[in-house]
Amino acid sequence: MNLKIAVRELTIHFGTCRALDNLSLDIHKNELLSIIGPANSGKTSFLRALNRLNDFELEMRMSGSILLDGKNINQDMEAEDLRKKVGMIFALPIPLPLSIYDNVIYGPKMAGVRDKKVLDDLVEESLKSAYLWDEVKDRLRSSALNLSGGQQQRLCIARTLALKPDVILYDEPCSGLDPISTAKVEESMTELKKDHTIVLVTNNTKQAARVGTRTAFFLMGELIEIDSTDKIFTAPSDPRTNDYIIGRFG
Amino acid sequence: MKNETAKQKIGFGVLFVATLAVVIPVLMIVCLIISKGWSALSLEFLFTMPRDGMRAGGIFPAIIGTFYLVLTSIAFSLPIGVLAAIYLSEYAQDNLLTRTINLAIINLAGVSSVVFGLFGLSLFVIFLKFGVSIISGALTLGIMTLPVIITTTREALRAVPKSYREVSHSLGASRWQTIRHSVLPFATPGILTGAILSIGRVAGETAPILFTVAAFYLPKLPHSLGDQVMALPYHLYVTTTQIPGIPENYRYGTALVLVGLVLVMNISAVVIRSKYRKKK
Repeated sequence: MNLKIAVRELTIHFGTCRALDNLSLDIHKNELLSIIGPANSGKTSFLRALNRLNDFELEMRMSGSILLDGKNINQDMEAEDLRKKVGMIFALPIPLPLSIYDNVIYGPKMAGVRDKKVLDDLVEESLKSAYLWDEVKDRLRSSALNLSGGQQQRLCIARTLALKPDVILYDEPCSGLDPISTAKVEESMTELKKDHTIVLVTNNTKQAARVGTRTAFFLMGELIEIDSTDKIFTAPSDPRTNDYIIGRFG
Repeated sequence: MKNETAKQKIGFGVLFVATLAVVIPVLMIVCLIISKGWSALSLEFLFTMPRDGMRAGGIFPAIIGTFYLVLTSIAFSLPIGVLAAIYLSEYAQDNLLTRTINLAIINLAGVSSVVFGLFGLSLFVIFLKFGVSIISGALTLGIMTLPVIITTTREALRAVPKSYREVSHSLGASRWQTIRHSVLPFATPGILTGAILSIGRVAGETAPILFTVAAFYLPKLPHSLGDQVMALPYHLYVTTTQIPGIPENYRYGTALVLVGLVLVMNISAVVIRSKYRKKK
């Protein structure tokens, strides 16, 4: 197995509240790791630690280490460079109030890409990978806010892909979407898994079962269990995992 | 049920009367100024120099003076105020120093304008040796409007959703890039509102320019920022209290021009603002 991200003894506090407790896990190259767990289990805090979005929270304290390709992301890397490699899709689609085209090229433009040909190609390629190109190719200059919710979320995926990240973090990406849009997002996720490492936080255990290579179960800031998705959903080692999956709590 | 409907009606009634109480004085002022000042308006009144000890002729130099003062003071206070607000809302940490600065800004807004005038006299006119000049007056007016600009800008920045900042950061943008491309463009209409409020204040204030720039009477137009100017509010004061025998419509005409000038400048700012809103 090819190690992509190594998390070691990660503990995160927000003020007096402990979000993650001494958590260690490996994320393999080109796998889709789903993280499931009830509310307040630390799933999102974990995800946001992977691209250092927690840095903006006041009173955040952190110990332990996260290594991306062997480099400590908090010490050996600038946050901006890390976030170009580790993209993030948020729960709610948040297109910036710009055109579709300008949304997609936001990241590359900030990184200093100015060549129009390069940007045009990036837009086409990214929108195609996000399964949105056919729906918007004739109106790239119109406002992204006019798209439907599902289209907006795929636009956000395209926007992240335009940076050509190695790792993509999905934070409950389908929580606000209808089943058809959800299917499209999942389809793009499965396709992207071929050459990206994906971490998916989801409240929908069925989604984890559908798309995940491996699945991790978080509870109260602790990693209870991580294993192949088949194993987690058929014969979990820990009774608490079983209880959560069959819906006894959470 | 019936009781509730009656209560509702009374509630609306009270709100409507309160609104009326705000609108009526404004309408009365406008009507008074227009009815008494309209007859003074003419091309000669607007575009010529005063004659006969300011009892005849026009108020051109005062119009020009007020126009210069507004432009110069906004050119100074808008950039400084906006930059300070960006620092305070985006960079500064919430500590004792920041809280003290915030308190100072709020208090600055409450200082009476004549105190600003005195301050401008001692700092710009005397200590920095700018003399009684446009630059001294504009800087004094600028300092007076800083709190308004800082407060409105900060509110405008706060109104930009946190999620825009997160998205921008998550796409690898630096802190400054995020502010420049994901926060400021969407806060611009709000910032311009602050500028609009300041324009009205700068154009209308008398006390801050009393000691720092305003001239009783000047036979020529200003040539540089170092010159004194006549200004509409001060001219109004002078013609109302200092010079006997001035026709009444001359005074109200001056007031009408002052209100009209502020209106014109505000409308242009509102037009710019709506252009920005459309771009969204």
